[in-house]
Amino acid sequence: MVEQVAQMIVHGEAWTVKDLFVLPNEYVYWSIQIVMYPYMTGLVAGAFVLSSLYHVFNVEKLKEIARYALVFSFALLPVAMMPLMLHLMQPLRGIHVLMTPHFTSAISAFGIVFMTYAFIVAAEIWFVYRKFIVESVHRLNNKQDRSGLESLLLPIYKIISLGAMDLSKEALDSDHKAVKFLAGLGIPVACFLHGYAGFIFGSVKANALWMTPLMPVIFICSAVVSGIALCIVSYYIFMEMRKWAAKRGKNWLLPDALAQGGTAIPVEQLRSIQEHEVKMTSKYLLIFMTAALTLEILDMIFRGYTAVKSWDALRMVIYEHDFMKIFVYQYGLGNFLPFLLLLVPGLTTRRAVIASILVLFGVFMMRWNVVIGGQAFSLTFAGFMEYHLPIIPHDIETFKEGLGGMLSVIFAPFIIFYFLNMIFPAFMSDDEVH
Amino acid sequence: MKRRDFLKNTAVFVAGASVSVSALDFITPKELFAANPQLKWGFLVDTHKCVGCGFCVKACKTENDIPYEANVTRTWVERYVIKKDGDVVMDCPKGARDGYTTKLLDQNHSGMLLVPEDEIAQAFFVPKLCNHCTTPACVQVCPVGATYQTADGVVLVDRSWCIGCGYCIMGCPYGVRFFHPVEHVADKCTFCYHRISKGGDTACAQACPFDARQIGNLKDPNDPVAQTVLSQRVGVLRDEYGTKPNVYYIGLNKEVR
Amino acid sequence: MKNHVWRPLFVVIAIAIGILLFRAFYVPSDFGSQEQGYTFGYHRLSNEQEWKDYPEKYKGNDYCNECHDDKIEELESAHHGTIPCENCHGAAFDHPDDPEKLTIDRSRELCIRCHAKLTMPSSDRNDIPGIDPAKHNQGEECSECHNPHNPSLEDM
Repeated sequence: MVEQVAQMIVHGEAWTVKDLFVLPNEYVYWSIQIVMYPYMTGLVAGAFVLSSLYHVFNVEKLKEIARYALVFSFALLPVAMMPLMLHLMQPLRGIHVLMTPHFTSAISAFGIVFMTYAFIVAAEIWFVYRKFIVESVHRLNNKQDRSGLESLLLPIYKIISLGAMDLSKEALDSDHKAVKFLAGLGIPVACFLHGYAGFIFGSVKANALWMTPLMPVIFICSAVVSGIALCIVSYYIFMEMRKWAAKRGKNWLLPDALAQGGTAIPVEQLRSIQEHEVKMTSKYLLIFMTAALTLEILDMIFRGYTAVKSWDALRMVIYEHDFMKIFVYQYGLGNFLPFLLLLVPGLTTRRAVIASILVLFGVFMMRWNVVIGGQAFSLTFAGFMEYHLPIIPHDIETFKEGLGGMLSVIFAPFIIFYFLNMIFPAFMSDDEVH
Repeated sequence: MKRRDFLKNTAVFVAGASVSVSALDFITPKELFAANPQLKWGFLVDTHKCVGCGFCVKACKTENDIPYEANVTRTWVERYVIKKDGDVVMDCPKGARDGYTTKLLDQNHSGMLLVPEDEIAQAFFVPKLCNHCTTPACVQVCPVGATYQTADGVVLVDRSWCIGCGYCIMGCPYGVRFFHPVEHVADKCTFCYHRISKGGDTACAQACPFDARQIGNLKDPNDPVAQTVLSQRVGVLRDEYGTKPNVYYIGLNKEVR
Repeated sequence: MKNHVWRPLFVVIAIAIGILLFRAFYVPSDFGSQEQGYTFGYHRLSNEQEWKDYPEKYKGNDYCNECHDDKIEELESAHHGTIPCENCHGAAFDHPDDPEKLTIDRSRELCIRCHAKLTMPSSDRNDIPGIDPAKHNQGEECSECHNPHNPSLEDM
């Protein structure tokens, strides 16, 4: 009996509170996982663009963080798909997007664009690390007593080397060119991947808040912002962890050292790299933040000025229901404060990291305000819906579309990165690597 | 070098695009009408005749196996109360599954509201259902071809192919779609395709004691629905979305959302 | 060895071919742009027939008339003649085989769907005789006084 009643809870009912006149089938159908989805793809795209700044435009100063950003971007890739799988009512049928794509839908391209992008990132990593892979094969082959992990790594390296063992100067030169080409090609694809995530929302003509051609551009800009910010924050955290571990010889914190043997970088060198990279990256963060903010504010001014039929409902949502979320959390804490922190002279690493954390929070709130805010009012413009994030799950649905699902998505890239780091050490200080 | 990589990436793109090369043949509306000139389903709602009994909602839920207790429905009836000062109050408790039996208006979180009798200028009911649009926004946004329009103009969902992304629910300007609580796929009114294809009436139209709901063939000049649509002042809902709905209303006014 | 830059491409091509092969095997053969074109008609054709085969539950008054013509005659001569049998008696399904007996809804809640007095100017609801369910013989079933097939008290 209890089961039967639980079954009758319609998807969306558990976290939606309706007020005034809302149509019977209206719920917040797109909840936290759809907030996470553009957020995670944004991080992927942003991290990749950061790495490409070095590879394509030869921004030498970003050299160290570029390799890290590339590997981290690859770790983020599968996670960008995770929110969608957690959101789908029929996750096993997700493959249908590749099987029978209906290209008049913005979502249909996901499979193809996503895979194209994944191939580009994977190929770029392959070219960047090819020399390392080949050397690792030789090194592990020659080693007499391989540890368990090493005997696991050897066949992996053998497979991913694709049999290309040539390390002559010409071969390495062509690697270098390939990296440059792929990094260049990757930028438009990354922007497309994310821009079309914006298009998914911007093209919904039934939704007054979403429908604007600015949406894809806003999404790209904020994607780059959040991607760069995440790189700064995670780079800082990883570097701190490495410093701490290097001092105490705690190798289990260093997956690459664990896998490749003791090649840990001296603490002093780590510190100078970290400071230099974080500060440089912050400058780019500032540039993209300005662009993102300009577009968002333009969009809001335009809506208020033109004030079409939907404006009455939108105004209620923007200035009353979601005032805290939009003006305090998103613009205040997420944009204005980090702006100040980054602009005040004498930027320290710590201040840049705090600013970046705030930026990450701001972009998350922006996604939240777009996705949830877009469903905060009824299609009739005569009623409102409030979303309550399920904190304690009482069934699989409230876990997937609740705090539990959200945290799984947030932590997954770090877990993947940890293991990926064993294969492709992101913090290697080898000048020969591109 | 560059050329090679260009070729490589072209190959990736071509491989991706060829997944659905067969899908790229577009048909113009003219060809479309020529293909099936004699049948296009349409619906007529007379808002004067509707008394808000909700028998249509009950019949629809039973006929189409939409769980009676679930707070979703393929069709529903809205109540509009327009006050003398111009304010409009609306409600639709449980989609009017049990009819309208009280003067209190259900304002959801804001509680029940009683509009004093002497303040009411006009009050009426508006039944709603899928508009089976000629250019359905929901179909356009389906990423996998799980929802579609039939040649006779009915919009259906393939329950074995729907991935449950909810994009069609978001894309529909009328809020007629929802996730089926048992099937876990998108669901919506089918115009009782199983009934009308055999010459029958929709369950809601059959259950209506007052003929407030009628289904008919818009292409047949002798059909009562087609005749009314042609000869009387009828309206459609939210035509600003350009979806060209096929549910026509008698007695629609601007307060109806 | 020289052309090692091609190798990732081979992997990509292999994966793409793999997906296309799987697609050929996985997608039903009748899937495609049907009469309505790609934008609105891209679907599995046999699904249309599946919807046409959906079982009917409500059979309509003509079906009831096959056996209960006496009752229909009585009903049609009275005010409630416009109400389909199945609104109160429940959907017929395959009655009398399955279910053998229909459950009649005699509740007050059913009657007040129409007969609760509401203020509905500009709707035909206003013309239906109505009562205040809170005051009118509360707790009693309507059918104790009113014959549902011919509800007028004068005729009884």
